[in-house]
Amino acid sequence: MRHKDHFKTAVYQTPFHPRTSFDLTPMTKHRITGKDALPFLNRLITRDIAKIKPGRVGYCVWCDDNGQVIDDGTVFHLREGDYRLCSQERQLDWLTRSAHGFDVKIVEDTHEVAALALQGPTSCAVLKAIGCTGAEKLKPFDIAYFPFADGELMVSRTGFTGDLGYELWIDPARALELWDALFDKGGNHGIRPMGTHALEVARIEAGFIQAQVDFLPADQAIRIDRSRSPFELDLGRLVDFSKPNFNGRRALLEERRRGSRYRLVRLDIEGNKPARSAYIYDSKRNVVGTVTSAEWSPSAKSNIALASMHMPWGRPGDELWAEIYYQRELKWSRVMARCRVVEGAFFDPPRRRATPAADF
Amino acid sequence: MTNYDAIVVGAGHNGLTNAAYLARAGLKVLVLERMPWIGGAAVSREIEKGWMYSNCSYVCSLLRPELFRDLELARHGLQVVPYGGGVTITRTGDVLGNYTDEDVQRREFARHNPRDGDAYHRYSTDVIRQCKFIRPLLLRTPPDPTSFKPRDIRELIYLGREFTKFGEQFIYDTLRFYTMSIADFLGEYFESDLIKAHLSGSGIIGSAMGVYSPGTAYVLLHHYMGDVDGSIGAWGFARGGMGAVSNAIASAYKSFGGEIVTDAPVERVIVRNGRVAGVATANGNEYRAKIVVSNLDPKRTFTKLFDEGDLNPEFVKRARNFKIRGSSGKLNIALDGLPEFPALGRDNPLRFGDIHFLDSLEKMERAYDDWKNGTWSKEPYLDLLIPSMTDPTMTPPGKHFMSVFVQYVPPKIHGRDWTDQDRDGFKNTVLDQIGRYSPNFKSLIRHVEVRTPRELEDEVGLTEGNIFQGELTMDQLLFNRPFPGYAQYRGPVKGFYMCGSGTHPGGGVMAAPGANAAREILLDLKRPSLVPEGWQDD
Amino acid sequence: MTDRNRIIIVGAGHNGLVCAAYLARARREVLVLEASDRVGGAAITREFAPGFRVSACAHICYQLDAGISRELKLGAHGLKTAHANLRTVALATEGDHLVLHGGRLEAGLLPDKDRAALADYHDRMLRFARVLGKQHNRRPPRIGGGGRSELIAAAMLGLDIRRLGRDPMREFMRIAGINIFDVLEETFETPLLKGALALDAVLGTNLGPRSNNSVLTMLHRLSGQATGVTGGLSLPAGGMGAVSEALAAAARAGGATVRTGSPVASITLEGDRVSGVELESGEKLAAGTVISNADPARTLLQLVGARHLETGFVHRIRNFRSKGMAAKLHLALDGLPGFARLAAQRAGDRLVIAPDPVYIDRAFDHAKYGQCSPDPALEITIPSIHDRTLAPAGRHVLSAIVQYAPFDPRASTDAARAEFLERTLGLLERYAPGLRRQVVASELLLPADIEREFRITGGHWHHGELALDQILMLRPVPGAAQYAMPVDGLYLCGAGCHPGGGVMGAAGRNAAHAVLGGERAA
Repeated sequence: MRHKDHFKTAVYQTPFHPRTSFDLTPMTKHRITGKDALPFLNRLITRDIAKIKPGRVGYCVWCDDNGQVIDDGTVFHLREGDYRLCSQERQLDWLTRSAHGFDVKIVEDTHEVAALALQGPTSCAVLKAIGCTGAEKLKPFDIAYFPFADGELMVSRTGFTGDLGYELWIDPARALELWDALFDKGGNHGIRPMGTHALEVARIEAGFIQAQVDFLPADQAIRIDRSRSPFELDLGRLVDFSKPNFNGRRALLEERRRGSRYRLVRLDIEGNKPARSAYIYDSKRNVVGTVTSAEWSPSAKSNIALASMHMPWGRPGDELWAEIYYQRELKWSRVMARCRVVEGAFFDPPRRRATPAADF
Repeated sequence: MTNYDAIVVGAGHNGLTNAAYLARAGLKVLVLERMPWIGGAAVSREIEKGWMYSNCSYVCSLLRPELFRDLELARHGLQVVPYGGGVTITRTGDVLGNYTDEDVQRREFARHNPRDGDAYHRYSTDVIRQCKFIRPLLLRTPPDPTSFKPRDIRELIYLGREFTKFGEQFIYDTLRFYTMSIADFLGEYFESDLIKAHLSGSGIIGSAMGVYSPGTAYVLLHHYMGDVDGSIGAWGFARGGMGAVSNAIASAYKSFGGEIVTDAPVERVIVRNGRVAGVATANGNEYRAKIVVSNLDPKRTFTKLFDEGDLNPEFVKRARNFKIRGSSGKLNIALDGLPEFPALGRDNPLRFGDIHFLDSLEKMERAYDDWKNGTWSKEPYLDLLIPSMTDPTMTPPGKHFMSVFVQYVPPKIHGRDWTDQDRDGFKNTVLDQIGRYSPNFKSLIRHVEVRTPRELEDEVGLTEGNIFQGELTMDQLLFNRPFPGYAQYRGPVKGFYMCGSGTHPGGGVMAAPGANAAREILLDLKRPSLVPEGWQDD
Repeated sequence: MTDRNRIIIVGAGHNGLVCAAYLARARREVLVLEASDRVGGAAITREFAPGFRVSACAHICYQLDAGISRELKLGAHGLKTAHANLRTVALATEGDHLVLHGGRLEAGLLPDKDRAALADYHDRMLRFARVLGKQHNRRPPRIGGGGRSELIAAAMLGLDIRRLGRDPMREFMRIAGINIFDVLEETFETPLLKGALALDAVLGTNLGPRSNNSVLTMLHRLSGQATGVTGGLSLPAGGMGAVSEALAAAARAGGATVRTGSPVASITLEGDRVSGVELESGEKLAAGTVISNADPARTLLQLVGARHLETGFVHRIRNFRSKGMAAKLHLALDGLPGFARLAAQRAGDRLVIAPDPVYIDRAFDHAKYGQCSPDPALEITIPSIHDRTLAPAGRHVLSAIVQYAPFDPRASTDAARAEFLERTLGLLERYAPGLRRQVVASELLLPADIEREFRITGGHWHHGELALDQILMLRPVPGAAQYAMPVDGLYLCGAGCHPGGGVMGAAGRNAAHAVLGGERAA
């Protein structure tokens, strides 16, 4: 079993979506400590990290000098002044560059922490079954510690699925034991390993973006105009101009004055053919955007997509068309499908936020 | 005496490329070669029976794919096989390997310095951007910035547009990149001295500069801008050695009706009434043509082939001062078996690529100090390859051919000519260095061909043995190559052209100078150009 | 509201003072804060041994901008020249010294070929230097961004080069990026001449004669002479400190306040703007605009702090190459040193010890690996010959720039300093037998000492290398080469900006114009 790897593995459990099992991409983890850990993170990240209290987690993005997103990730405020930053891309070089002038220690500890995502309506019940008593009291983005196999299990109510869910963090030496306990006690709750495709569907349903798919990390962009700002990724809420300087602040203030070049939208597309890599046209057949992610949503029974649109297109109510190519029995066909701009997630069950968490 | 439309002096790969395009345009073309074989520095010769050596240039990456395809070189027998691997071995037996998989490469760097592992990505992104900028310029004629001719202005505007298309920051990065030392450039990305040393080699190969010398960052680009099948910076072997490149181009040339005469050293270019009339060879033959193209390096061309009276004294001075300093040497070694490198262990795939023995930038720079002081490096930078591991046609089964490129080797020893004793000393320096890392190496040696700048000059004809036909420094690049005002392949005498690596875009078996020169000749003849432009990439 | 209108200049170096004087002329409220107890920064005169005074860092005035001198009426503010038009004497241990004045050989022996080539070389380089000189008074353009006016500014630069004419333009573009060694090799034969000319190119830089970029540094040096006030090398009466005193007087006359003994601890911010400075004493001073005469790294990384800037920008500032390579030697002598075969009236000229370019290159080789040169190259002046105020009667001061001494911990120890002093004195003794016995007191400032005394990061006189990758729109770093820094209201005015150091004053004046221009735009 690959679960011995110290990589983050998602275990997605739901009575509605039985999935085949695959492993998830490894996630990069950094431990950030030291006197200046908070000011360092606040200069790095666009949102106000001071608002993330110990025992809390925050979703965030960080930018280069030009206000272009380098990556998104989560900041875990483990204990006072002790942070973990998780991201998809490798960030040690950028974090170290950014640390100049700060009294801060940055250690990449991807291989020292085993992480597992437990997601889905019965995830809380499974947690309780393995002995995490009181897990239901965790609010979204809370962190709690539970004794597990004469060690400690860290549980955060976080995830990449947009459903009720948790991420479990443990010493790699106990990872196997944790896995076995979950599958042993979780059987009755329908626990199953989950693969990348299932995760892909879930995150698009939730409207979550992914590096290398919905945006190109700015420090990997060879050509100009390939990178995106937080505003252009619909993440303006993560930019806090009321706090002091942060990377990209000046450029983002300028962008706010001048206007953005792109916007990221969620599209509901007619028909049932996923609009992967589709061009988006306006009513006059001008290309006004491209689809970055697309799937059939089993939860919403919709043909959904994330798309990067040239400004000003992509307002709710705009008439937009997707050019979809699809193949049936080796024959390619093309359809023009009407698109509707949707605000908010495609699938956003109340149980995602309900506290105490329900058992199913 | 025969009349030709054009005569190309020297059957190097550029001379052959030039001749091929002229012949294809319907000209009656003659290529005259001094040696009994063709190829210049892209040559394979069987010095030891059963062993085929790539005697001079030894790997292939920069050969323009536009030309490869256009001349149908595959049909004419050329196959370039990419090789993987490549490794730096340190004194202490540590290694730093090259891997094609990006994540494996990152982990290899991270093993030496965790931060540098992540920095590698940023470094490649920036270097690839530079490659993308320069590649479309390789198959173009540099504009003359002092000229008001529409074509020059158009080209200048084109250059300007290419220069600005990656944004403001790129412009500044480029200005810095072209003027920095490779050590400073790498220092902006990496912390590990070993990683910097490992990457710095490309900044000094073939160049009379040290890793701390400003201007060496560009030389790195010169080695990175090639590709094998779209994989930027990848290198490959020509099956059958580098002579296969020349042979394939020659075959294409002949298929267009071209003629090659070997053993025909051209002694002088005949100039009548201020324009070329043909050439005279050392054996007394004269060949007539209104167009003469030199594949020789600019210094040799203008100081040896012309009567000084036919040229402007200022021009002669410029040619004499052309910087074409020998800085490299080579050992070609026939081996009775595969040498072992204990640091790598058996069957390590890294052995398939370039092997270096390095520890630090300082060691690299000290090798350059020896050159400045008039002797070969006592701890030279070696680029060691065993092509026979990838290409079985090079040697008998179970035997191997080792190509060892050596930097730095001066054209003269303390101001005097090389002696045979020096040559042996140089050879032993190199063999001893390899022996320190491979205990069984020396016992496998069957034959060694030693090439100091003296041999490179005497046999290949490269002045001082400079492998690029002239230093790749700012004063000799783009519209300054070979001389300001003469960068458009035309010589100072009507009907005379230059097509060697001494012209834009320089050396490295690109074949671009030869093709570009053909384009200019056809333009002057008011014939349609058949020479492909570079492929555009957005 | 007066505070917001106040402009604080951090550092009373010559550029800070020039900037203050220009802003004061434009009726701005200007306060200059200087850490040490006298003005001048690296252009000062100080006592290094009882009764002996010397220009402690820069020691020859050759670039001071003529326009600045005129506009600020420095003559009226007390600036006098002790001696103008210094000759350069290339000292030889054997045979004749060469006495050079511009492109002319005034004494010594040169083959006719070299003599003719020297005149031609000097004319040619002076022409090229004027192209650079023309840029000194301009704000460097941004290229590829910033719109039409920037494009025009960039085109102006191109036009200046084009105006040279076709062949000189080609020659300029050929040599601008290469090394002095090659240019001298193709021009001259005489090693001593080449040595002296090579030294001009590498003095105060991190380059050997064989390093590319060294032609550019030579042209930069010459550009001052081409456009400077004296038309040559000169010694101000009272040492270089007198230049600073005159500039301070001009600034004060215009209404600026200059406070010495007030080291600034930090530049304070309010939101995205500067709000003033805090002194080391804890005193806070408010200002709407802060202009720093300090070097870029000190200004941005120490006084402002990396956290108020962005990662990429900080990275670039940190990579601004600013390690000093030159040491400064001061000798108090009890008599005039006797240079062998040198006429007494020539001893007051600029004496150089650089027998040939290879000698300098070897000296440089050691510095690459963190050692002081065992056989250094020197630029020597004995200013007391022309200026009796510098030493007691009958006694003399020798001031020399000694190369190479790398800014490197290995070469900055007391032992390294003592050894370097010993080697240098030994070398001087070879040229001026008996000099060692004349030495009453000595002082050798290594780059690390210069960093400490003059508060210049890395101890580099120009605040940073003047190389192709660090000039014009690349100085100090791309995107911040127009004097305004990314923090609103913060400017740089020192040698770390275009057009660099050399007691020229142009950076200070350009910065003043940028501040006034910024006010208009706002």
